[in-house]
Amino acid sequence: MTRSEPYDAVIIGAGSVGTPAALFLAQAGLDVLVLDKFPSVGQGSNKAAIGGIRATHSDPAKIRLGQRTIEILAAWEETHGQDIEWRSGGYVFVAYTPREELILKDLLVVQQAYGLGIEWLDARELLEIVPDLNPRGLIGGTYSPGDGHCSPLLACHAFYEEARREGASFRFGEQVTGIELREGRVRGVRSTRGRYETRVVINAAGPWARAVGELVGLDHPVQPDSHEAGVTEPVTHFLDPMVVDIRPIPGSSNCYFHQLASGQVTFCITPQPPIVGEDRRETGAFLPMVARRMVDLMPRLANLRVRRTWRGLYPMTPDGSPLVGWAQEVEGYAMAIGMCGQGVMLGPSVGELLGRMVTGGLVPEDEEILDALSPYRTFAAEEALR
Amino acid sequence: MRLNRHPILPIDREEPFRFTFDGQELDAYPGETIAAALFASGIRVFGHHPKDGSPQGIFCANGQCAQCLVIADGVPVKACTTLVRAGMRVEPADGLPELPRASAPPQMKEIERVEVPVLVIGGGPAGMSAAIELGAMGIRTLLVDDKHRLGGKLVLQTHRFFGSRDAVYAGTRGIDIATRLDQEVRAHPSIEVWLNSTALAVYSDHVVGILRAGREYVLVAPEVLLVACGARERSLLFKGNTLPGVYGAGAFQTLVNRDLVRAADRLFIVGGGNVGLIAGYHALQAGIEVVGLVEALPECGGYKVHRDKLARLGVPIYTSHTILSANGRDGVESVTIAQVDDRLQPVPGTEKTFPCDTVLVAVGLDPVNEFYRKAHEFGMRAFAAGDAQEIAEASAAIFSGRIAGRRIAQARGQPGVEIPPEWERMAEILKSKPGQRGAPPPPPGEDVFPVLHCHEEIPCNPCASVCPQGLIRIDPDDVRKRPQYLPTDGKACLGCERCVVVCPGLAITLVDHRKDPDRPTVTLPHELGREAVEVGTQVTLVGEEGEELGEARVSSVRAIDRNDRTVLVQVSVPAAVATRVAGFRVGTAWRTAPLPEAVEPLTEDQILCRCERVTVGEVRALIRRGVKDMNEIKAVTRAGMGACGGKTCGPLLQRLLREEGVPPSEITDYVGRPLFVEVPLLLFAGAEGDR
Repeated sequence: MTRSEPYDAVIIGAGSVGTPAALFLAQAGLDVLVLDKFPSVGQGSNKAAIGGIRATHSDPAKIRLGQRTIEILAAWEETHGQDIEWRSGGYVFVAYTPREELILKDLLVVQQAYGLGIEWLDARELLEIVPDLNPRGLIGGTYSPGDGHCSPLLACHAFYEEARREGASFRFGEQVTGIELREGRVRGVRSTRGRYETRVVINAAGPWARAVGELVGLDHPVQPDSHEAGVTEPVTHFLDPMVVDIRPIPGSSNCYFHQLASGQVTFCITPQPPIVGEDRRETGAFLPMVARRMVDLMPRLANLRVRRTWRGLYPMTPDGSPLVGWAQEVEGYAMAIGMCGQGVMLGPSVGELLGRMVTGGLVPEDEEILDALSPYRTFAAEEALR
Repeated sequence: MRLNRHPILPIDREEPFRFTFDGQELDAYPGETIAAALFASGIRVFGHHPKDGSPQGIFCANGQCAQCLVIADGVPVKACTTLVRAGMRVEPADGLPELPRASAPPQMKEIERVEVPVLVIGGGPAGMSAAIELGAMGIRTLLVDDKHRLGGKLVLQTHRFFGSRDAVYAGTRGIDIATRLDQEVRAHPSIEVWLNSTALAVYSDHVVGILRAGREYVLVAPEVLLVACGARERSLLFKGNTLPGVYGAGAFQTLVNRDLVRAADRLFIVGGGNVGLIAGYHALQAGIEVVGLVEALPECGGYKVHRDKLARLGVPIYTSHTILSANGRDGVESVTIAQVDDRLQPVPGTEKTFPCDTVLVAVGLDPVNEFYRKAHEFGMRAFAAGDAQEIAEASAAIFSGRIAGRRIAQARGQPGVEIPPEWERMAEILKSKPGQRGAPPPPPGEDVFPVLHCHEEIPCNPCASVCPQGLIRIDPDDVRKRPQYLPTDGKACLGCERCVVVCPGLAITLVDHRKDPDRPTVTLPHELGREAVEVGTQVTLVGEEGEELGEARVSSVRAIDRNDRTVLVQVSVPAAVATRVAGFRVGTAWRTAPLPEAVEPLTEDQILCRCERVTVGEVRALIRRGVKDMNEIKAVTRAGMGACGGKTCGPLLQRLLREEGVPPSEITDYVGRPLFVEVPLLLFAGAEGDR
C-alpha cells in the first residue's frame, strides 16, 4: 500500500519499544505509522520476554527509565482499563557466596543513592520474603519491593490498542526494504508492500536493528544473542518477587524466575558463553541446566511441571545499555535500539521519551538520559546487572 | 462399573485394593489407572476448572491434555496415565493445585545421553513394522512408546482387520495383530524397546528428549529419526462441548477396551467415519446402548459394512444431521441434534433431544507430526510413517512403516536394500477411501452358497483368501474390487463357513437348502458374546441395513476355538428371505425415543480452548476485528497456552478463522514449542521420579 500524504513519523518495529512509542507519539497528535515484518503485534522478542520490570539497575539513566516504566504500568489498568497483570512483587537477588554478597552490596550503594527502595536482608529476613529458598548456605540478598512484573503480551497489546485508539496506524507483514534520503535527511520509507512519505523514522527493530541502520548507511553496534526461557503449569500463589541467582555455573551466568498472575512460574537463564546470533531454535541443553539450578535454589519447585520452553533474542550493545537518540549523520532518523533484553521494562518510558524527542518537548532530565544512552558514547562503562 | 465379561477381550483381574477419592473409600485393581478406577465407581467429575469452576474429567484419556488432573498423595497428576496404588489418597483438582513443599533438593545426576543409529517414536502399527524391518537387517533401533505395552491403537481394536490377508494380517483382530507384531519386534536382538517412555521434544542440537519409563529424563541422539506417533482426534464446537462425558472415540475405546470399564450407559456418536462406526460397535460389545449416530453429510464416510453392522443392531443413524448441544450440569444428560441443509447449516424446527450420558466425537483425525516438522526444520535425517505421515487405516500404517524401515536402511547406506514396487502400490491401495457401490448380484441357484452383503469397493480380501474352493474372487491385483461368488469349473461351495467367520465386516452369511429346501438354514456371524443367544432364543431377523424380516428361533449356536471368538448362529427361515437375512437382534429392538420437549442447554458457551476455557465468542470478536495471527489470539485470550499446548484448539481455531472468511493463506498458525506433555522440573534436573 502506498499513501500520498506524508506521515509525521514511521516507526520500524511493533514490539516492546515501537508499540508504546506509537502510543506516545499519537497522543502528542502525530500521524504515526508502525511497520513490522511479523504478522501481528509483539511477535518478535516481546512474546519471548518473561515480564520482569525493575528500576534497580546500576546505571542512572536506566534507573530513571525503569522507575517511569513502573509508574506507567502500575497505573495502566486504572488509567486505561486493560488488565496487564501488573504485580508489584519486588525483586530478590540472592547471595550464597561472598562473591555475590560483594557484588550486590556494592551496587546497593549506587542504587540507594538514586533513592531506590532496595535493601540488604540477611538469610533469616530473606526467608520471610521467599520462604521456599534453599536455606542451606544462604547468606542473604537484596530486596526491592517496588519492582514487579507484568504480562509482556498483554502490556504490548494494551499499548497497541491504545495507540490505534489515538490514531496510530499499524501495518504487519511488511519488511522495510529502504529508507529514502534526500540531502542527508529522511524523506520516506519503502517496504515489501508499499512506500510511505515521512520526515521521521524511528528504528525500534530490536534484534534486527542493525539491518535497518544499514539502510541509512549506519553501523549500529547491536548484536543479538539468544536466551532460553520456559513456563510451568499454574499452581496456587506461593511466590511474590522475581528471584535472581547470579552465581555462574558452566553454561549459564545466572538464572531467574517469578510466578505470574496466572499462577505459572516463568524462568530464564543467561547463557555463558553467550550464544551469539539470531538462532531461536530450542536446544536440548537448556532444561537440564535450568532445572538443576531452580530445584537447587528452591527445592519446592521440584514437582512443578514444565509446560513450554522457547528462545528469545537479546539485542546486546557493547556496554549493556540501550542506544537512544537522533542520528548525527542522517537528519530525521532516530534510534531506540539495543535494549539488551530489557525492552519490556524500558520500552514504555523510552517510548514516552521518543514522543518528547520528536515533538521537541524534552525536559532537562531527558537530556541527561539521552546523554547517557547516546549512540555516540564511548562504551567504556559496563552495566553490572545486564 | 467394570466390565465383567466381554465377547472378545479376556478379563482377568487380580485381588482388589482400596484407595480414597475425596475421602471416599473405593476399590481398584492392580494395573488400573486412577481414571479407570474412578469411572468404575461412577465418578466422572475429577475436579473443577480454576477459571470458571466448570466440571473437569476425562477428555483424551491419552496423557495429552490435562483435563483429568487430580491430586494423588499431594502431587498433581493426570488420572488417565497414573496407576492407582493401594492406599493412595486422591483428591479432586478443584481450582489450582498447591505445590507440595520440600525442604531440600533431591539427589540430581547428569542427564544421560544415548547415541543410537535409529530412533523410532511410537510403537503402534507403523513404528513396530518399521522396527521389524530394521531389526531384520540387524540395525540397532530404539523403539519408544508412551504406553505400558506396544501396539498403539491396535490394542483397542476388537474387530478383525480389513486389508490384504497376504500383506497385512487381514481377518485377524487388531488386538492380536498387536501381539504378533510385538513378538516379531522382541525376536530381533538389535531392537531395544522403552515402554512408558514419552518423547517430549526434538531439539535443534539433534537430540530428542525422552522421559524413560516415566521417571528418568534422557537425551537420545539418533542418526535417523522415524516419527510414527499416530494421530490425534479432531474436536468440535458445540454448546456444552467440554462437559464431562463428551470425548473422542480414542478416549472411549481406551476406557472400555483397555481399561475394561463400562464408561457409559447410553452413548451418542457424532461422526459416521470408520472411527465413529467402529467405536459404536465396540460400545455394543461392552453392553452399552448406542442411542444414535449423527453424520452431517448425506452418507456415512466410513465403510458401509461398518455402518450396516450398527444399523442391523438397531442403532439409528441420522445422516444430514449435526449436534447442536450436549446438555447437563456436571456431565452429559442429553444431546440435541438437528437436520442440516445442503450448506451444512442446522434447519430450525428439526431439533431432537435424546437422553444419553456420553457423547463421542469422531469427526476426523490429524497427524501427530510436530516432532517430524521440528526434525525437518532442524535438518535432522527424519522420516514419518503411519498416521503421523498421512491419516489412513491401521493396515496402511503397517505398510507405510515397513517402507519407512527400508528407506531408513537405505538412507544409512545399508547395501542391497530394496523396496518392492508392489509395497508402494499396496500402501496406496490400503489408504483408499471407499469407492463405487454395486447392486447385489442375483442369488445363485445352488443348494448351499455364501451371500456377500458387501457391495462397496474397500481394500479387503480375507473372504477370497480363505475359500478352499477358490470360488470367492477379488481382483488379485486390486483388493479394493468387490468380492464375487463365482462357482465355476464344476466346483461348488462346500458350506465350510470359513468366509462367514473371517469377514471383518460380518457381512457374509451362508444359505443352506440341503436339509430343507423350503426353510433353508442361514448361518450368521455374531460377535456380541456367546451368552446373548442360545438354541431356541427368539430373534428378529434383519436385512443388510437393519430392515426387519420377521422372527425366527435359533437352531444352533457354535463357539469353537478355530473360529476365534466369532460365534456362528443358525436360523431356519422361509426361502424367500434367506438371501436377504444378514443379521439378527435379540429381544425387542431397544430404541431410545427423543424427549418430548426440547432441552435448553445450560450454557450458551462453545469452548474453543478447553485448557484455558476460552469461548468461541471471545475469539470470534477478535477475528471480526481483523486478527488473523493465531499467536495474537493466543496472547490476548490465552487460547492455546494451556497444558495441551494448542493441540486441541489449534485445528478448531483454524476452522473458525476459515468460517469467518479468512483465506487460509492469511492465517498464521500457532508457533509450535516443546514440550509435548508437562513434566516436573525434578526430572529435567536429573532426579528420579517415583513413577
